[in-house]
Amino acid sequence: MSNTLQETQDISEIVNRGLKKRYRSEFMFRFYGVVSILFAVVFLLVFFSSIISKGYSAFTQGELNMKIYLNEEVIDPDQLRDEEEIRYANFDKLVLDSLKTYFPEVSSRKERKELKSLVSSGTSLRLQSMVLNDYSLIGQEINIWVRLDSDIDMYLKGNIDVSLDESQRRISDNQVRWVQELQEQNLISQNFNSTLFTAGDSREPELAGVLGALVGSFFMLIITFIVAFPLGVAAAIYLEEFAPKNRFIDFVEVNINNLAAVPSIIYGLLGLAVFINFFGMPRSAPLVGGLVLALMTFPVIIIASRAALQSVPPSITDAALGVGASKIQTVFDHVFPLALPGMLTGSIIGMARALGESAPLLMIGMVAFVVDVPSSPLDSSAALPVQVYLWADAPERGFVERTSAAILVLLFFLLLMNSTAIWLRNKFETKW
Amino acid sequence: MKNSISIFAAAILMLLLPLTASAAARDTIKIVGSSTVYPFATVVAERFGKSTKFNTPVIESTGSGGGLKLFCKGIGVEHPDITNASRRIKQKEIDNCAKAGVTDIIEIKIGYDGIVIANSKKADVLALTKRQIFLALAPEIPHPNGAKQLIKNPNVTWRDVDSSLPNIKIEVLGPPPTSGTRDAFAELAMEGGCKTFKWLKDIKKENKKRYKAICRSVREDGPYIEAGENDNLIVQKLNANPKALGVFGYSFLVENSDSIQGSFVDGVLPTFENIAQGDYKVSRPLYFYVKKAHIGTIPGMKEFLREFTADKTIGQDGYLTDKGLIPMPSGEYSQFRSAASKLSTLSGLN
Repeated sequence: MSNTLQETQDISEIVNRGLKKRYRSEFMFRFYGVVSILFAVVFLLVFFSSIISKGYSAFTQGELNMKIYLNEEVIDPDQLRDEEEIRYANFDKLVLDSLKTYFPEVSSRKERKELKSLVSSGTSLRLQSMVLNDYSLIGQEINIWVRLDSDIDMYLKGNIDVSLDESQRRISDNQVRWVQELQEQNLISQNFNSTLFTAGDSREPELAGVLGALVGSFFMLIITFIVAFPLGVAAAIYLEEFAPKNRFIDFVEVNINNLAAVPSIIYGLLGLAVFINFFGMPRSAPLVGGLVLALMTFPVIIIASRAALQSVPPSITDAALGVGASKIQTVFDHVFPLALPGMLTGSIIGMARALGESAPLLMIGMVAFVVDVPSSPLDSSAALPVQVYLWADAPERGFVERTSAAILVLLFFLLLMNSTAIWLRNKFETKW
Repeated sequence: MKNSISIFAAAILMLLLPLTASAAARDTIKIVGSSTVYPFATVVAERFGKSTKFNTPVIESTGSGGGLKLFCKGIGVEHPDITNASRRIKQKEIDNCAKAGVTDIIEIKIGYDGIVIANSKKADVLALTKRQIFLALAPEIPHPNGAKQLIKNPNVTWRDVDSSLPNIKIEVLGPPPTSGTRDAFAELAMEGGCKTFKWLKDIKKENKKRYKAICRSVREDGPYIEAGENDNLIVQKLNANPKALGVFGYSFLVENSDSIQGSFVDGVLPTFENIAQGDYKVSRPLYFYVKKAHIGTIPGMKEFLREFTADKTIGQDGYLTDKGLIPMPSGEYSQFRSAASKLSTLSGLN
């Protein structure tokens, strides 16, 4: 009796001795877990705060409230109202004349050039298209907000150090003085930069937008989905429900898994060789981009769809077969509808990855300067991640903030797609 | 079931569509080529697209060599119409073009680009000579005692290169070998310094290959850091590290003149005037090449040529000079302008 008591005491002593160590190891494990999560969160915060702090200012743009007299003498001296004549009229002169009314003392050639470059070089083109749309404006004075030149905008946003010598900065002493005078008259304000969402690419930061890239990415994703989803789902259904179990099918399965891990640049090379060089499809077109991304997403969709099919309980199949449904009726009327939400979720996540992909697009000529917004998948176009790449490489200072802004737009769409996937999963998920 | 069949049909249609589409005409000019000319060509293309009724040309930056390769693949809408180059076309490329039927090529020079060696404004301006650049960055240099013998480059600091230079580590950020800027830097600055050693220059007559290997190589043991094609990145790194030097095109110096400064090379600063007058020697010509056969087939080609060669574009006060292009002297300019208006083709390299 005392012997067993002794033994119990011995054991509890051993347990007690080890207890501290066990608690400590548990504590350490939890600690490591929390640290690694904190680490990830800190990185994410640094990443987002750096992008947002650099990019938020791109959503506004300095504008000048200007009265412009659309002088008939300059636009259409012969009063022909002929489109070709008006197209070649000197609209720059109208802009300069209007600016001169604010600063009549400007006379030398150098000063005139400086004064003209206060406002965006796109101003005259804007006037041109306004007049071409409505001839009745000729001879009238209009009051519009015109975009300031990117260098001036950078100064207003505090990105240019005016304490430096004049020769060492992008804007002159005259321009600084003029801008300050205009500010005192409340003619300059920071307005929402709608151009960022309504224009294609441009070499002038104040005229550049992401719409072209956005439309290009949209066309590509549509094509990716149309091509990859039906093929991927069909392959998954066949492999999961109909394929015989033999070595050849094993081989195919191993290869599909391998294909999902192939670096994306290789799909770009494949696209260049097959679609462009062999089939003769146009370079820089979203069609080719979409097909390349479809090849890339295809194995991901197969894997996700197979997982979705596997998660449908065998009792459903058994019941259907039990009441006399054929194999194909079982699969398409019972298993497939139940697996579809899971397939869609997997596909959307695969497509989100395709949206952020730039490496394969470099190979097929999507890294191009495209101003016109594409109107079909056959037109030349950029894509969102490529637009980020192009702007990051542009020498103009104004593109620094726009690069971050483009990243924010891209992240927004990625977030949208991923949250759609989660929403779909939660809405249609069936608990068995 | 019916639905999935129609989706399949759509997919197959999408796959077949391009086969018919590729035969269709093209109404947008396609331009490929040099990443150095890209910032200039894009400005011209944008202005052209916005001020005329033609579409804005699409420009892809492929590098000079890559651009000429695409350009020389043949005649027809699937091939580019124009290629930009930051060097002149080579005889081999003309031959390749001719093999594919691209025989009538119009050559147009648009101006010059200076290659600057710059550092942060936080540091002092450096005054270098080409010889010092060669001694600092070549993998093998002549023995300091004057013997006609090459030794592995022992220089670690600029002081080691020349006692007049500051005692800081040699750190030069520059483009990788695929870049045209690197080619020009190796040819103009490195080889220029190499040639100042008479016995190295003499090698050229005996063994051109060996001469090139000695004079145009850049050391790979650390001091020269390949910073990628992104010149903006080099500028940022220079700001972070005032001891480092960077090698890039003049246009990036123009855009960042508030934070970085160009070094003297052989006593000359890289300024607009010095490059334009030819005093600053590390500069190279920029070209673009046009397929004559495409003029008339692709709408707007002639007008685009006119826009690109107009006085308001590449003349002395043209809008590309604001972007950092160094215009040609007026004699040279009028020669190329008339070549463009007459559409006269390249008859051979002279």
